[in-house]
Amino acid sequence: MLKSFKSILTPIIAVLLGIIVGTIIMIISGYDALAAFTALWNGAFGDSYYLGEVIRQFTPYILAGLAVAFAFRVGLFNIGVEGQFLVGWLAAVWVGVAFDLPKIIHLPLAIIAAMVAGALWAFIPGFLKARFRVHEVIVTIMMNYVALHVSNYFIKNIITDNKDKTDMIKESATLRSPWLESLTDYSRLHWGIILAILSCFVMWFLLERTTRGFELRSVGFNQHAAHYAGMNVNKNIILSMVIAGAFAGLAGSMEGLGTFGYATVKGGFTGVGFDGIAVALLGGNTSIGVFFSAILFGALKVGALNMPLEAGVPNELVDIIIALIVFFVASSYIIRIFLDRFSKKEVK
Amino acid sequence: MIVVPSTLLWAAPLVFTALGGIFSERSGVVNIGLEGLMVIGAFTAIVFNLTFVHSFGSWTPWIAIVVAMVAGAIFSMLHAVAAITFRADHTVSGVAINLLASGLTLFLVKLIYDKGETDIISKGFNKIDIPVLKDIPVIGKIFFQNTYWTSFLAIIVAIIVWYIVFKTPFGLRLRSVGEHPMAADTMGINVTKMRYLGVILSGAFGGLGGGVYAQSITSNFSHSTISGQGFMALAAMIFGKWHPLGALGAAIFFGFAQSISIIGSSLPFLKEIPNVYLLIAPYVLTILALTGFIGRADAPKASGTHYIKGSR
Repeated sequence: MLKSFKSILTPIIAVLLGIIVGTIIMIISGYDALAAFTALWNGAFGDSYYLGEVIRQFTPYILAGLAVAFAFRVGLFNIGVEGQFLVGWLAAVWVGVAFDLPKIIHLPLAIIAAMVAGALWAFIPGFLKARFRVHEVIVTIMMNYVALHVSNYFIKNIITDNKDKTDMIKESATLRSPWLESLTDYSRLHWGIILAILSCFVMWFLLERTTRGFELRSVGFNQHAAHYAGMNVNKNIILSMVIAGAFAGLAGSMEGLGTFGYATVKGGFTGVGFDGIAVALLGGNTSIGVFFSAILFGALKVGALNMPLEAGVPNELVDIIIALIVFFVASSYIIRIFLDRFSKKEVK
Repeated sequence: MIVVPSTLLWAAPLVFTALGGIFSERSGVVNIGLEGLMVIGAFTAIVFNLTFVHSFGSWTPWIAIVVAMVAGAIFSMLHAVAAITFRADHTVSGVAINLLASGLTLFLVKLIYDKGETDIISKGFNKIDIPVLKDIPVIGKIFFQNTYWTSFLAIIVAIIVWYIVFKTPFGLRLRSVGEHPMAADTMGINVTKMRYLGVILSGAFGGLGGGVYAQSITSNFSHSTISGQGFMALAAMIFGKWHPLGALGAAIFFGFAQSISIIGSSLPFLKEIPNVYLLIAPYVLTILALTGFIGRADAPKASGTHYIKGSR
């Protein structure tokens, strides 16, 4: 069996296994699985409103997925996407609320602020990894919680006067478009999807077509070999986290400038950052893979909201399926062994 | 002097869960899934408590935490199978455990109770005065009045775990598997078995932590019952340098920070400090500890790696 074919087959098998186990759970719980999946499909692609919502949902998923995938290609595990996402959201809304500028300056400024905030948040674990060899997984997890509490504090005490929600951003900083909304039966679809697709292209070009990208990938494959070849490993580690953080911050601006138009005090995480890990893993950490798996997860998440209404199945079932998919992708070693056995039998 | 009992109340679940993390990491398996294991424990304890409170009366919360331990242990086997046998990346598998735990428990809550959260339990862990000790002057009033049995259980268990990990043959084997699995294998120690035991013990302790948290602090189960306590326990484990007594100290300190951030506004000298510093203190301190500003914290050498027999 061809290697490239197998690398596509493994995630597909993982998705199928996830859906099969999810179906078994539904049958055991006494739910109508067929009705649930029909409701899921209708809730994702049933009409143009749902379609708009799916696109709206997978826009930040693409960017969160890229943030995980980019760092992963350089050999770093960025669990801190959630935190970088939150500070990006905050920065975008802050710029959106505080200034009064023409749209052509205001909107890019807000987006850039989000990217810079995310990049700075990711710089810390990158720097600590490069300078002190501190494992980035733990630092990024801790940074998530710091981001949550600090951004809540900013919203409550600095941007607003002891309120739980900021004002709406100015019209000149919004990504929303009445045209896109009317096109999709007044969903919350916004222009962010263009930026997300552009970012996929940027990541591919940067990694595959530039010298810098070659260095980054080399560090990911083997730090010692990269060092021996004269590359600056530490610089590349920091750079990869900064770029990953910028993607995550951009994802935050999608929510801040597009979907919601404000920021709120949060009791817990949004989950976008952790779903980004699932997206990146399923997509094999490539930009095209991230794009397609973001569509899958976005459709699952939005479609799930229709399941309790139409089939009486709790929408958490989709969270179970997503978790199982991550689980099976992570265990792809065992799937590959089965595939190898299978292909050997065919030869005989 | 409400601070001491309140600190210990918030610290107890962190202590249990951090001890679980020590078992897992000392055997060489990174366990990001502690949060998910606490969720499972909290869910199991609350459901058991609600269902059987009429049959067991005031013993219900104690039996419920035992059941939560069993549930946590069973659930952690998923992580063990993925991370040890299927050679999955430990961190990824841990993330999957967290996602699965929150999805599965909320799904079951809706299935069983037909709403988003459970009812409030009628018999949780209550405030008690420890007999005899409460009459000691000064100390008795600070430490042994209006406190909780679970707080003292946590301290005792931490000492037992220290003894097990550092003073018994089992502990030596567990640590050797986490430091240098090949050397351990050469000496006839079954690496896979020890690692499975480490992860399953971490599941049991994580479940215990979740069960204690739910029955002494939140009293019901919803999506926000466990929100970051598992990761804070992970932080306590690291800040305590993978040592049971260190983790105990760190967990008590984090419990102090958490309880101050809640009751701090009623204390005059703490009113001036914004809450946010107390809320982020555990996480910032952990980063500083890892960086080496507060004594170097080094993970067990082989943690996060797979042991594949015969490979060098």
